[in-house]
Amino acid sequence: MLKRVHFPTSALPYLLVAPQILITLVFFIWPASQAMYQSFLIEDAFGLGTEFVWFENFQILATDHHYLASFQRTAVFSVLVAALSMGFALILAGFAQRVVRGAMFYRTMLIWPYAVAPVLAGALWVFMFNPTLGIFPYFLEFAGITWNHYLNGTQAMALVILAAAWKQVAYNFLFYLAAMQSIPNSVIEAAAIDGAGPARRFWTIIFPLISPTTFFLLVINMVYAFFETFGIIHAVTQGGPGTSTTILVYKVFNDGFVGLDLGGSAAQSVVLMVLVIAMTVVQFRFVERKVAY
Amino acid sequence: MADIQLKDLVKSYGPTEVLHHIEGDIKDGEFIVIVGPSGCGKSTLLRMVAGLESVTSGEIAIGGRRVNELEPSARDIAMVFQNYALYPHMSVRQNMAYGLKIRKLPKDEINRRVEEAAEILEIKQYLDRKPRQLSGGQRQRVAMGRAIVRDPQVFLFDEPLSNLDAKLRVQMRLEIRKLQQRLGVTSIYVTHDQVEAMTLGDRLMVLNGGYVEQFGTPIELYDRPASVFVAGFIGSPSMNFLPVEISTGHATLPGGGLLPVAAAHSGAATLGLRPEHLKEDENGPLAIEVDMLEQLGASTLIHGRLHGTGHSITASVPGHAHDGIGSIRRFSAAPELTHLFDTVSGKRLAV
Repeated sequence: MLKRVHFPTSALPYLLVAPQILITLVFFIWPASQAMYQSFLIEDAFGLGTEFVWFENFQILATDHHYLASFQRTAVFSVLVAALSMGFALILAGFAQRVVRGAMFYRTMLIWPYAVAPVLAGALWVFMFNPTLGIFPYFLEFAGITWNHYLNGTQAMALVILAAAWKQVAYNFLFYLAAMQSIPNSVIEAAAIDGAGPARRFWTIIFPLISPTTFFLLVINMVYAFFETFGIIHAVTQGGPGTSTTILVYKVFNDGFVGLDLGGSAAQSVVLMVLVIAMTVVQFRFVERKVAY
Repeated sequence: MADIQLKDLVKSYGPTEVLHHIEGDIKDGEFIVIVGPSGCGKSTLLRMVAGLESVTSGEIAIGGRRVNELEPSARDIAMVFQNYALYPHMSVRQNMAYGLKIRKLPKDEINRRVEEAAEILEIKQYLDRKPRQLSGGQRQRVAMGRAIVRDPQVFLFDEPLSNLDAKLRVQMRLEIRKLQQRLGVTSIYVTHDQVEAMTLGDRLMVLNGGYVEQFGTPIELYDRPASVFVAGFIGSPSMNFLPVEISTGHATLPGGGLLPVAAAHSGAATLGLRPEHLKEDENGPLAIEVDMLEQLGASTLIHGRLHGTGHSITASVPGHAHDGIGSIRRFSAAPELTHLFDTVSGKRLAV
């Protein structure tokens, strides 16, 4: 048992943490509890009548095939975004390690996309893939592909996945690069002397050693794909065509602020909240298992 | 097993030359220690032999084959790193088997070799542990095990004992020596510890500032150091140096005393005297004003200054010596045990 050190009690520590607690209460706890409360209510579209219905909103959700389809779509979307952005980041970081000249420049350039706001990132991709003006549809035409994400749901999904993944590559790259640089050089050299080529060294030494980072990024990227891609989807497809890119977070917005079903929308956001809490718990449970050098 | 030749080896980083025209012939099965202070380029030289650093000019040949352009994996060498460089996510067994798996040896052959090496190094009971569950000494053994299972032509050691405590270091030193004699593999061992160098090496290469100061057996280096640097570096406590005037077989000491030396030379020179070669002698020419005593048990180190001058000097006398701080003690030295060096170049003067 560790001996505790006793300091004289004073108000100072409480004062120091007060701003953070205040911010958390006002901007996180209060809205979250409001959403919880809302999810138990059914309100008419004009806000004239409100009824407390317990879990009826959730029961409706559980049987709503639109909602379940959106769930599935979100799963596909988030897995692909995470896989794409992490895969690319891993490759780029692997190469960045080997760059000798201009390493600083290369790394700085790779980090830039992270500083682009999601809506702007979306706007960029909309321009590049605009079926009439965009540069990519023009090239795709040569490959015999007619690109029109305003009409083709699969193409729309591919586009938002690309845009969302592109924006997250920079973030993942930073973490992967840091993780790779923390591996002692001599371990890599030992593997080289043992006869392992660059590819083999990567898969048998580097990749296993950065697995804690991979796990951490997996959780972060899933959360990103679940929530922070709203701006991109809003700018690129607005959930369309039809509902083909309406992922959960976009449906929350759409049902609540466009459809004015506040109770149903709140219930959806509570479900999302539970999901993200679960992911965070998983992360805290496992991310601590670090590799010792 | 193979011999190693270093021919006119140069290493530069940009315009800075860090290793200057290194020459060395290492015979098959020999244990060579490269020794020098930090920054002398000894690790760089070893890493060049390993293939981890490029060769600027000159040639490295292992077993008569030029290896300058070969990848480390193609040189048939094994290296033990200072921080052991074990693969942290693999068990001891996997660590040792890694290189063999890459060479696609059959499974039972791999197992046989790993078990055999573990037997030699007495780490059999740790085979299924991860490196982090081992102590420093055990990790060291695993690193050695990883080197010997490969059955390479050359062992390279990069200060492998510097992370161990003093007692373990002495023990591992002996074990490395025994192991090397048993396996008969040509070895190059880098260290900054001159005791380690003296006890391990068949021959020592003393590096200083990227130059080879001397390349010879430990006894050659001790008895006939080629320069002031080698003389000061080899031997503990290190050699005393005094500026002297030589004439007719005598050195005139700074305080005025006359010490007979074995030299045909005359004029200014640097006189080197090993502390253990100073003998107490009531009529000796060296008068030492005692500042401090260091009791080592078997012997006592007397630290002081040459009487009447500021030149500090150390003498080693057998047995115990008590008090006497501030007193003056007189010493002499046998002429054949004195060393003379050029005052400018620091090179040994021919007798």
